[in-house]
Amino acid sequence: MGRSLYRKVWDAHTVTTLADGRTQLFIGLHLVHEVTSPQAFAALDELGLAVAYPQRTFATVDHIVPTDTLARPLADSLAEGMLAALEANTARHGIAYFGVGDARQGIVHVIGPELGLTQPGMTICCGDSHTSTHGAFGALAFGIGTSQVRDVLATQTLALEPLKVRRVQIDGALGAGVYAKDVILHVIRTLGVKGGVGFAYEFAGSTVDAMSMEERMTLCNMSIEGGARVGYCNPDATTFAWLRGRAHAPTGTAWDAAVGAWEAVASDADAVYDDVVHVDAAAIRPTVTWGINPGQAMGIDEAIPTASDVPASERGTWQDALDYMGVTAGAPIAGTRVDVAFIGSCTNSRLSDLREVARHVQGHKVRDGVTALVVPGSWDVARQAEAEGLPAIFEAAGFQWRQPGCSMCLAMNPDKLVGDQLCASSSNRNFKGRQGSARGRTVLMSPVMVAAAAIAGEVADARSVFAGSLGDGASTRGGEA
Amino acid sequence: MKLGQPIPTVVGRGVFVPGDDIDTDRIIPARFMKCVTFDGLGAYAFHDERFREDGSSKGHPLDAAAHAGASVLVSGRNFGCGSSREHAPQALYRFGLRAVLAPSFAEIFAGNCTTLGIVCGVVGADDADAIGAAVTAEPGAVLTLDVAGGRVALGDRNWPMALPASTREALLSGRWDPLQELAEQAAAVSRVARALPYAAWTGLDGAEVSRG
Ligand code: SF4
Repeated sequence: MGRSLYRKVWDAHTVTTLADGRTQLFIGLHLVHEVTSPQAFAALDELGLAVAYPQRTFATVDHIVPTDTLARPLADSLAEGMLAALEANTARHGIAYFGVGDARQGIVHVIGPELGLTQPGMTICCGDSHTSTHGAFGALAFGIGTSQVRDVLATQTLALEPLKVRRVQIDGALGAGVYAKDVILHVIRTLGVKGGVGFAYEFAGSTVDAMSMEERMTLCNMSIEGGARVGYCNPDATTFAWLRGRAHAPTGTAWDAAVGAWEAVASDADAVYDDVVHVDAAAIRPTVTWGINPGQAMGIDEAIPTASDVPASERGTWQDALDYMGVTAGAPIAGTRVDVAFIGSCTNSRLSDLREVARHVQGHKVRDGVTALVVPGSWDVARQAEAEGLPAIFEAAGFQWRQPGCSMCLAMNPDKLVGDQLCASSSNRNFKGRQGSARGRTVLMSPVMVAAAAIAGEVADARSVFAGSLGDGASTRGGEA
Repeated sequence: MKLGQPIPTVVGRGVFVPGDDIDTDRIIPARFMKCVTFDGLGAYAFHDERFREDGSSKGHPLDAAAHAGASVLVSGRNFGCGSSREHAPQALYRFGLRAVLAPSFAEIFAGNCTTLGIVCGVVGADDADAIGAAVTAEPGAVLTLDVAGGRVALGDRNWPMALPASTREALLSGRWDPLQELAEQAAAVSRVARALPYAAWTGLDGAEVSRG
């Protein structure tokens, strides 16, 4: 009987079974950022413990960094305190730190893969739920709490229970204007925001096989939004090609050995799954959220669900969402006025996202009254975008080109919504208050749809707004460095 | 190194915060996470549900005088979904809560709770509503969560309460904080690390044993 990648990686990293029945699992790569680590380092100090494997922990700063200036100290003294704490903690424990001003700095889930730290067959964790992003490479990657950050620092292991594995088999070609973001919003909408609790999602099928690494990262990034702590794709030639030559990727004979090991870790053809679901790629439309969780999503040409569309058990959340968002059941979402447009976050801030948007916004102009931001995911992305002249294209179209960081994805830096502003956002969470105002509203969508909303001044179908460049499958999906 | 105490029961008054899919951004809005210690987070638990922008109270159950000192939160499905921030359970803990009863929990949240010794008891959806209604009607009544027996009692009524087997075991044995047990395995950890396919190019071959 064949094994899934999940099972193979789990087994290879198992240290022992603990008294309560949990597994002690070795962690191959630990990523650290400023928000969830200070209390873990403090606990370590309190217990008088050292970092067990400092060579396998890498730190950066992303959540609190402003996107308009690198000047120190940061204007926000609380943010400056967090930054200073991370600098001191990493220096004291001999941990590599990609800080403010370092060319390698960026959103932790963007730089891990970019630096080649993220590799197939690894266990990867970070005190951040979107660690699932790294699963795109065939790693078993998941978010942890601060006490677990402490555990990994002190022992490089965690006490865990294995997940069940659901194969999400997606087949067929995506239509023009339909992206990985639409696929994952569609999957979450179909399986529900709690459908993945207790499961790892293995994304497979011809649609996934045809995806670039950056698209696979978008897909895996949001598996946690479907309740699945882990999402992954099996490593293949696309994966290896992407990794080759990256700073921390193996070289020479080690490279050949690595590719062999990576091929072997992929799920066996006869692997056994706890569940299998099928998704028809051709049925996926540009998808947007209308409510206050990522499962409250709809095709751009559909109507907001009415009471009869919603199971009784979800009606409370449905009513709450309608009230909070100020939208009407049975009405279209297209045409909803937009105040802010945000292209960025660990879901959609990579070079291919920016290239694709730039291709469509040329010759268009952001509608008066809309604040539109493009925030690259890392300095590496920013540099490459600059080399290709993308910032000039965005600025000519009326977008602000910012410095890398989490920015508007969450309210820990100066980029925030005000009052009940509505934001068309390429990020991953539309929870109440997520973007910094207790009444702020978020509509999640692909970066190209965000650009369309910015230009139309309202939620709009990118296939209409960009009819010239999006017609007849003219998309360059998959293009990347 | 510290070790937890066994938690066979949680006894305390309840407070009902109804609603499904209550996410961690609601439990602790991100803007309150700019801190290097968890001290003081309790004041911000459910902040935006409790206070208007001008700071005035919205009359949330957590602020009702009758519920002051309640230690068991009763809520809806998929409680604690969203971010992995331990700030969420820490805020609840520092607010004074020691247990949450709900029909289901997000995984990372439940794991974080266990590590802090907060009991996340799974009760039926109808039972959650019944317990919620009961504690709302009788804020002074005391709930008893029996971890070993798997039941919640309130006066002469009681309901089944489930916990994952390993969580139950961890709470009962006092091993809900696993750090010490993990640290004891340093030699085995090193063996596993050196045998990994990627040990050779990641500095794990010949990796030193934990210096802790
Ligand atoms: S971009 Fe958003 S989701 Fe991603 S790490 Fe930053 S805050 Fe978290």
